[in-house]
Amino acid sequence: MGSEKQYLDLYRENEVLVATHSCGMMNALRRGAHDVLARQGFPTLKTEDYRYTDVDEAFAPDYGINVRRLPFVVDRSSAFRCSVPNMGVAMGFMVGDRLTVPATTHWPEGVTVDSICNYDRQHPGRLAEYYGRLAPWGTDAVAALNTMLAQDGLLIWVEKGRKTDATLQIVNLGCGEMDLMTNRRILIIMEEGAKASVLMCDHNIDRHRFLTTQVGEIYMGEGSSLSLCGIEETDGENGMFDNLYVMQQKNSSFDGGFFSLHCGLTRRSIDVKLAGEGARAELFGGVTGDAASHVDTNLLVDHVAGGCKSNVLFKYVLDGKSTGAFAGKVLVRKDAQKTESQETNANLCVSPEARMYTQPMLEIYADDVRCNHGSTVGRLDEKALFYMAQRGIPEEEANMLLQEAFLGDAIRMVKIEPLRERLYLMVRERFRHKLGGCGGCDKCATK
Amino acid sequence: MSSMILEVRNLYASVEGKEILKGVNLTIGAGEIHALMGSNGSGKSTLSNVLVGNPQYTVTQGEVLFNGKNLLSMSPENRSHEGIFMSFQQPIEIPGVSMTNFLRAALDAKRKYLGLEPLGTSDFLKLMREKRAMVELDASLARRSVNEGFSGGEKKRNEIFQMAMLEPRLAILDETDSGLDVDALRIVADGFRRLRREDTSAIVITHYQKMLDYLKPDVVHVMMDGRIVRTGGPELADRIERDGFDWIKEELKEA
Repeated sequence: MGSEKQYLDLYRENEVLVATHSCGMMNALRRGAHDVLARQGFPTLKTEDYRYTDVDEAFAPDYGINVRRLPFVVDRSSAFRCSVPNMGVAMGFMVGDRLTVPATTHWPEGVTVDSICNYDRQHPGRLAEYYGRLAPWGTDAVAALNTMLAQDGLLIWVEKGRKTDATLQIVNLGCGEMDLMTNRRILIIMEEGAKASVLMCDHNIDRHRFLTTQVGEIYMGEGSSLSLCGIEETDGENGMFDNLYVMQQKNSSFDGGFFSLHCGLTRRSIDVKLAGEGARAELFGGVTGDAASHVDTNLLVDHVAGGCKSNVLFKYVLDGKSTGAFAGKVLVRKDAQKTESQETNANLCVSPEARMYTQPMLEIYADDVRCNHGSTVGRLDEKALFYMAQRGIPEEEANMLLQEAFLGDAIRMVKIEPLRERLYLMVRERFRHKLGGCGGCDKCATK
Repeated sequence: MSSMILEVRNLYASVEGKEILKGVNLTIGAGEIHALMGSNGSGKSTLSNVLVGNPQYTVTQGEVLFNGKNLLSMSPENRSHEGIFMSFQQPIEIPGVSMTNFLRAALDAKRKYLGLEPLGTSDFLKLMREKRAMVELDASLARRSVNEGFSGGEKKRNEIFQMAMLEPRLAILDETDSGLDVDALRIVADGFRRLRREDTSAIVITHYQKMLDYLKPDVVHVMMDGRIVRTGGPELADRIERDGFDWIKEELKEA
């Protein structure tokens, strides 16, 4: 109990320093967030939304925080090979909370990609109506901690009516000379009728332990469309608390794909509010767990307005002693008539020690809706395995083919076509290396 | 090397603790087609499952030599590599695994087992195209998931197509219950006849004369209560078609 104390102390001792290396808009919320966290502390396993992940334990190690925001690793990002290369993308790097954009990158017209603080300094007040408005830092401890400590982050702003085909790729790089905690914000603003695709990859390039909290807020204007895909390929010692909040106006369309191919502890919270009629959300993900990895997805799809559609599909393949959790609630409020929703969580435990906790929930207060939810936890199909063995396919290969096929349902939902093809391949590689690394970093290669 | 491809000696096997095979003896020469007949529960399907190494079946006694090698000590996949193929009565659907990836994995494993280099991608695809055309499966086959959404006839063609790709020494054609589906029988029998290598042997399991009309077996066996009780030429099948199995039971009682 009480591992939040070291962060509260650190903040109080460095309050001025934290503020000096950030911006006014972010600083304005810090004290309030501090008080919330001080009052309620980290959640325990008895807290409903956090019952599958021990937050206190995850934050207990003594991580350093780069409060002065020294740019110790910026030059290394250029040497990084991402495993999703050459997609016709505009690429930037986030080293910790610092955006680095290679000189060769040209963002599409009408699309602003910037550091939140940089933008705030140049356009004072413009972000204030967005920043910290969706993230419930008044009630959620991780959001509060992040709001207290985050000093910068990524802003993507797509102008009204601007439709871009290029994928914006942001590579998050964990690097540093010691065990390090990063607190990062993401702010995506899609104006009316705007359209974009964003790919976010998480990698670590140093042999230290990294813990990241990331709080993202996405505003989907009327008729806007965003495909967001996150691919996590870190390592077994990485910790990730990723809270994403999406507000959707009328007829907007949001696709969020979340693939944890390699990680340590990942706790992801996705909270989508369908606030305007005719909005559409697809949330999907694939997890390949092994060793002692832990991936917990906590999801809320809140149907506020009528005539909206949501579709949720998360698939986990758990090997070794990995654990997975999925708690997903679809809430249909009383005015959300003509809601259509589907929520599915399907899981394979391929080793006897792997554990999956699944909790799909449906709460309906409207009377004219079409909603389904369900979950399964199973093993590989024995009949299929024998059929494959009869055709000469070795057991290990057959296992991999079936696991890839299982995750394929989630990969098929990726809208960015070259990325979809790439993901099939990455999952394939992932199963072939079993406990090996992601291939993109020297950390795993040298282990 | 023996010209015998399969030698089954005094084979006993059980499933879920129940003894089904009670001393089977069977010898098959290279290139021979053998029919295995018998009423339901006589042990025909158990014998074929034991030969391919289905883990649900337990061998309690006896030995099986395949091409002179001890078959029973081999894994199901190595039995496949050695050249045993079983056409499933009800081929399994494997959603999400394409026919191409499925066969690629099968062929790569077989060639590795035999100490051969893997086929290059273009050679492999060419081979698939050739064999596919021979069983009249359309070009979308390669991309489709294994048996998923295939019609009954397509599933049968797909089994024969896989046989053609793997070029087994012994094909076990299990058609125990598909006797009424004349089209399925014809596909399997015709396909086998056209696509087998000359030295490929077969065990065809059926109750129905129709199947044998298509396949023209060299040897016909009758199984009863876990043993092979009669062995003869095609005329034995004719007699069974005419008189059923009861006369054999009578003869066995008298003996």
